[in-house]
Amino acid sequence: MTAPVYNFAYLDEQTKRMIRRAILKAIAIPGYQVPFASREMPMPYGWGTGGVQVTAAILGPRDVLKVIDQGSDDTTNAVSIRKFFTRTAGVRTTTATGEATVIQTRHRVPEAALNENQVLVYQVPIPEPLRFLEPRETETRRMHALSEYGLMHVKLYEDIARHGHIATAYAYPVQVDGRYVMDPSPIPKFDNPKLSDCAALQLFGAGREKRIYAIPPYTRVTSRDFDDHPFEPYRHDASCELCAATESYLDEVITDDAGNRMFVCSDTDYCEHRRALGHGPVAASPPAEAVHD
Amino acid sequence: MNDEPLLIAEGLTKHYGRQLGCRDASLELYEGEVMAVVGESGSGKTTLLQMLSTQIEPSAGRVLYRMRDGSVQDLWTMSEPARRFLLRTDWGYVHQDPQLGLRMGVSAGGNVGERLMAVGNRNYASIRTTAADWLGRVEIPQSRIDDTPRTYSGGMRQRLQIARNLVTAPRLIFMDEPTGGLDVSVQARLLDLLRRIVSEMRIAAIVVTHDLAVARLLSDRIMVMKGGEVIEAGLTDQVLDDPNQPYTQLLVSSILPA
Repeated sequence: MTAPVYNFAYLDEQTKRMIRRAILKAIAIPGYQVPFASREMPMPYGWGTGGVQVTAAILGPRDVLKVIDQGSDDTTNAVSIRKFFTRTAGVRTTTATGEATVIQTRHRVPEAALNENQVLVYQVPIPEPLRFLEPRETETRRMHALSEYGLMHVKLYEDIARHGHIATAYAYPVQVDGRYVMDPSPIPKFDNPKLSDCAALQLFGAGREKRIYAIPPYTRVTSRDFDDHPFEPYRHDASCELCAATESYLDEVITDDAGNRMFVCSDTDYCEHRRALGHGPVAASPPAEAVHD
Repeated sequence: MNDEPLLIAEGLTKHYGRQLGCRDASLELYEGEVMAVVGESGSGKTTLLQMLSTQIEPSAGRVLYRMRDGSVQDLWTMSEPARRFLLRTDWGYVHQDPQLGLRMGVSAGGNVGERLMAVGNRNYASIRTTAADWLGRVEIPQSRIDDTPRTYSGGMRQRLQIARNLVTAPRLIFMDEPTGGLDVSVQARLLDLLRRIVSEMRIAAIVVTHDLAVARLLSDRIMVMKGGEVIEAGLTDQVLDDPNQPYTQLLVSSILPA
């Protein structure tokens, strides 16, 4: 028995061509959701079928691939997607952000600044930012077409009315180049400022919803807000207990049943890189933050 | 105050396939005037209302509207964005079923504030103050501002829908059976409120109803429809007290004595 021979990067060339067309259109109309004929992939929906198809369509033999899941290179989702492309495309993979040319990500933007030779591919569960307020696709499309985005503020209004501040912490809606309102996928709002004026091309793929959208390099991306309740990125008021970083996005890790916890960088590569440079834990610093609000 | 008509409909006709919806309906509506459209089910009154409010395109005829800047425009030659802008600023549409006109999962304040945010208000405090003020005007306790309409009674929902429509101070409001599905005492309260607001704000209104009592209470003029055609029109009191057409006579005489 020999294993079935797949085309380079799993998808056949005609499918890749179709996806590339959608990607080109998405780049031409920043923030606009381009429908595409999403294929069945050998993984369940919700595991990044959209991102995988986009990656497969843009991957070349000389590319170096990095896959992260919530900032981490070694979680199940990241490991299996990396393996998938190692096996079907034979490309070199890496965990170092600086070395990669294609980075597929779920729910995070790497801490290290990206450069012009890199493409960031996001996995998107629900591409429509207006979906939870307006269930009709015909209506949301019309709203996008006519730039009727009052509804987006209704969501933020509800947040403030209920919680006293804008409590949306992830998938925080943005406006791309002053035109289309876009769901940045469930990245923490801490990452929103990194979308704007980014040197790398950013592609978003939603497999189940069959949509691709993009932010071209150096495009202005603004987070929606109110004059009297401006957008504020959120970060735990602590430093990483492994590398003492004070600027990175932190994960809160519960360490035992007694309620003890530690904060560590969500971006594992960033954290390892800093430790290699000699940054270490701050001596005997108790978690600074008292209550999570 | 301008003496020119606000809304002019000329020869509005709608066919649904071979089925006639409405034939050759014409009307002129002036600022601050309330017009009732009455008739039995299937008489074409909702079709007429939907054509006037640009929800369905007429097979023939046209609708002219005098904009705030004084220019008169044909609604069906306007661009879609302009038409939709008109719909959510200068017009209001009160549905019979408040679930169609409200966002049931959004708080009352958000429902009222949506139109303000749609026209570009980005100040939370001012949106909230305006919303609270409007809830007061439609007799909804301000303590309910953060509750969703799901928790409201039928009468309150309908009043909330009215507040949501009036918050941008429209000049024209369409109402499709505004009191349908409400019990009599709640109907009376709602009619009272409508009459007060319409006269205070000098809003023109077109009210579709099959309830002649509602028409008599609210409207200055009345149109009677039957089988897709307007069979009689005139001042409300005149038509209802001295109907010309046999069908209108039948309608008037079929009101149960109070």
